Amino acid sequence: MEYFLQQLINGLTLGSIYGLIAIGYTMVYGIIGMINFAHGDIFMVGSFLALITFLLAVAAGVTAVPLALLLVIVIAMTLTALYGWTVERIAYRPLRHSFRLAPLISAIGMSIVLQNYVQIAQGARVKPLPPLIRGGYTLLESHGFAVQLSSVQIIIVVTTLAVMVIFAWLVGKTRLGRDMRACEQDLKMAALLGVDTDQTISLTFVIGAALAAVAGIMYLIYYGVVDFFIGFVAGVKAFTAAVLGGIGSLPGAMLGGLLIGLIETFWSAYFSVEYKDVAAFSVLIIVLIFLPTGILGRPEVEKV
Amino acid sequence: MLNQADVKPDRLFKVAVALKTASVVALVVLGLFSLLIGVRTDQGPTGALVLSARPGALGLLTAIAFMGGLLWAFIPDRSRTTLAALVPESLRVALSRVRPWIGVALLVFTLMLPVIFYHNRYILDLGIEILTYVMLGWGLNIVVGLAGLLDLGYVAFYAVGAYSYALIARTFGLSFFVCLPVAGMLAAMWGILLGFPVLRLRGDYLAIVTLAFGEIIRLVLINWQSLTGGPNGIAGIARPSFFGVPFSPGPHGFAASFGLEYSPTHRVVFLFYLILALALVTNWVTIRLRRLPIGRAWEALREDEVACRSLGINTTMVKLTAFAMGAMFGGFAGSFFATRQGFISPESFTFSESALVLAIVVLGGMGSQLGVALAALVMLGGFELFREFEQYRMLVFGLVIVAIMVLRPRGLVGTRAPSLVLPSSDSDWRAKEGKG
Repeated sequence: MEYFLQQLINGLTLGSIYGLIAIGYTMVYGIIGMINFAHGDIFMVGSFLALITFLLAVAAGVTAVPLALLLVIVIAMTLTALYGWTVERIAYRPLRHSFRLAPLISAIGMSIVLQNYVQIAQGARVKPLPPLIRGGYTLLESHGFAVQLSSVQIIIVVTTLAVMVIFAWLVGKTRLGRDMRACEQDLKMAALLGVDTDQTISLTFVIGAALAAVAGIMYLIYYGVVDFFIGFVAGVKAFTAAVLGGIGSLPGAMLGGLLIGLIETFWSAYFSVEYKDVAAFSVLIIVLIFLPTGILGRPEVEKV
Repeated sequence: MLNQADVKPDRLFKVAVALKTASVVALVVLGLFSLLIGVRTDQGPTGALVLSARPGALGLLTAIAFMGGLLWAFIPDRSRTTLAALVPESLRVALSRVRPWIGVALLVFTLMLPVIFYHNRYILDLGIEILTYVMLGWGLNIVVGLAGLLDLGYVAFYAVGAYSYALIARTFGLSFFVCLPVAGMLAAMWGILLGFPVLRLRGDYLAIVTLAFGEIIRLVLINWQSLTGGPNGIAGIARPSFFGVPFSPGPHGFAASFGLEYSPTHRVVFLFYLILALALVTNWVTIRLRRLPIGRAWEALREDEVACRSLGINTTMVKLTAFAMGAMFGGFAGSFFATRQGFISPESFTFSESALVLAIVVLGGMGSQLGVALAALVMLGGFELFREFEQYRMLVFGLVIVAIMVLRPRGLVGTRAPSLVLPSSDSDWRAKEGKG
């Protein structure tokens, strides 16, 4: 029971990170119907930016952790958003009227570019960061097994919740959110009614990248290491989360993220660590076969 | 009224716009690269990360971006959009005239290559490698180019072929030519196994599922240590023999049997012709299939899936055959790879390998056989030429994929034109036959 509870906590933490990335996939898919394959690498860029900002903050003498964290969140989110914008501008926008698979192939190219760019600029070796936030609480202790809830985990879950609330407000209550929802329903009609669709799509990428940056920061402080390759596996898992929750559905992405986090954690805890990625990838295949619309998604109507 | 005073502000305005564009581009580049290139993190002696600033590189990139932005603003709009406009008309006409002969010339040259470069082992090895990728490209071309199914896990079938050959040859001691069809069949079987449930999916979902499948195969190869040797791979795989006669210096070896002096080059030349034959079989089968109903159905599927279904084509079966066919040729190539290397490990079957083959198909123009062959030549030849810049090669490679999609989505050489086209005018009633 204690073991189970511990895994539940770990799984929810991991799931929050996946959920934040998954939103980026689901938003872009909802609006322009493409899989932004480079999104996982945007997440990776975000966590590298966070790492460097942390180190710079320390070098500049900012020792208070909350202040450093705030600085990192602001800078990493801004710059990662710039990456999201640039990728869309360079690799996707010119392809809006190309053949069906063109944007996906272009996205694969972009993903390779981002990975190798970071590898060249920062080196291929794993980058460790000493733990910034220590401490935690022991929730339950029996039979010599203690259920730990670390401060980092609390910060991750709370930040995710806060970001989600802001994001839900953005999509539900603002002008931009309304434009985004309009574009999602019918891009052409939205354009006819005066929505600047290009700008709205750009901003969708910007927001998705900013959320991925938050996920990158969380990943960095949770695991304490990053390398240029983390985006690939995390990206595929987050995409799985988006599909599981129902692609195009924002609450679905978060739900899917949590489920994938839990599945991965429990699989590692009760079956085998080696095959945890296999488990996550298999979930993707199984979901697509038996539940292609996901848990909260709407069935897709194919039009000629 | 038009006078000089009107023209001048217009030009000034143009310059101002150009300056503004250039500044914005430079600013964006500065923002993008500020932390990732401007600051480098390295592990210090204590294990903690040490920062070092690189203002020079950052400044240089920003300056380049500024100049680029200026140049861009002064290029007239029309020539921006099409790369073809940069090629003069006369050259294009000349190119289209020699075009049917390029393939023949290339084939003759390839056949002669081991004769010309008999003493140049490096060229022969490079030739074998390029031909392996030509074959993989042609195999994937069936799936991506003809049937329009984006397969991101093609390397999985390559791996299945390689491991099948290695394991069968080791366990049962069978020769390469017995194992080859078995390995191909096993790969095709995996193609069907995977394809059957997932081929109902839309194109881009299918892409991700095949990607996941490729990763699953690789992870299983790494972790199933008792069968596959895990990350250490399988060593000592049987080398191919000349239809039973081994390439060994002994009295029963190839050289002695044919009254030649022993030379290790014999095996290399044999491998060269072997992969050439395999690749040509792939090419031949593809060209023949394109003219059969199944090939027509593949191309129809690529152009419009909904229309296909409305016309009563069983899309799942059509996709499945394309998938299995592509997988089978991938499996053949994998067996060849295993017997050539004598050693295989999961490291040879990563996603970047799939991406490389896909890039060859995309660069070649998705569907064009000659285009794929030329693309493999250009891509791998380029890798060899710029060997000193090895760390940049994947970066350039990714940029090339993006650039092709943006500038020439139909590939640099080939076309995606369907083999069968309905006549547009009344005078030409016969359907036009496309060439492979």
